[in-house]
Amino acid sequence: MRRILLFIPLGICVLLGVLFVKGLSLNPTELPSARIGKAFPSFSLPSVSDAKQLLSEQSLKGKVRLVNVWATWCPTCKREHGFLNKLASTEGVEIVGINYKDERGKALQWLKRYQDPYIFNIYDEKGGLGLDLGVYGAPETYVVDTQGVIQYRHVGEVNDKVWKKLKVIMQDLGWSAKL
Amino acid sequence: MKWLLLPLLLLSLTLSAAIDTYEFDNDVARKRFRQLSEELRCPKCQNQNLAGSNSAIAADLKDRLYQMVDEGKSTEQIKKYMVERYGEFVLYKPSVKPMTYALWYGPFVLLFIGLFVGVALSRKKAKGDTRATATAQSIAAEPGEMQQDIAEQQTHAQRMKDLLGKKDD
Repeated sequence: MRRILLFIPLGICVLLGVLFVKGLSLNPTELPSARIGKAFPSFSLPSVSDAKQLLSEQSLKGKVRLVNVWATWCPTCKREHGFLNKLASTEGVEIVGINYKDERGKALQWLKRYQDPYIFNIYDEKGGLGLDLGVYGAPETYVVDTQGVIQYRHVGEVNDKVWKKLKVIMQDLGWSAKL
Repeated sequence: MKWLLLPLLLLSLTLSAAIDTYEFDNDVARKRFRQLSEELRCPKCQNQNLAGSNSAIAADLKDRLYQMVDEGKSTEQIKKYMVERYGEFVLYKPSVKPMTYALWYGPFVLLFIGLFVGVALSRKKAKGDTRATATAQSIAAEPGEMQQDIAEQQTHAQRMKDLLGKKDD
């Protein structure tokens, strides 16, 4: 019986070892969003294409959509832009853009040159909405459900691999690809 | 008057080092801003606090922090605001709640276990020592008995010898 007690330190070591090994495989730059499961923060910002048109969180309700935070100064945004175009045209995904801390002129030029996959673009010049969302680096992509509740966040480029994941999440929320 | 120059120069140096790019109405606000910007973590450049980071997001958060301190928001309100947006991650000093109990109290539990094992081991050792000395003491305390034994054995041997000797005759 006393012998068993001697194995306790070994047990603790093994347990810590397992925890550390698991910790090594985690990506520390991927932060869990504090906003998941919560309503999209309220905002009132102009559209990129029309400075007079005011958009709010109400514009996001009604359909399962992707919300993509982008900017012309962001190289990864450029890389994923082609893929977003593909998603919009071949999968029929409705993507809302948040033009984050950017200039309207540059943004419009970009959309003209590289095509526009967005149903509309929110012009977040000061980054206030980004701050409310907890954006810490563009691009970021959110899955927002019909009630305007954030269901998922992806930080970084959206590509085939990421889309597979997002697609499952969107389908679980009742979305289906329309062609 | 010249002797005043050096201390004055040094004093002005320390003062200018303390002034940030932000301007505050009073020292309390400045102190709070500095303390919070050191306790809040930059979400982009991990392992740096807001004060130490030059990234765009850290600058934004510092602006927001300045604004909130200026508005007289409490430290709790500011931390809540940041955690709501960036999660517990932003707090270098995590709040005490069930999720972080292990973090806060784990080391003390381990220390307690260590102390407990240490005490138990040293007590066991001390017990073993006293037992050994007790035996030694008991031997030392009764020398007469042993001598008696030896004497008895000797008489036995003598008697046997005598008996054998008689047989030989």
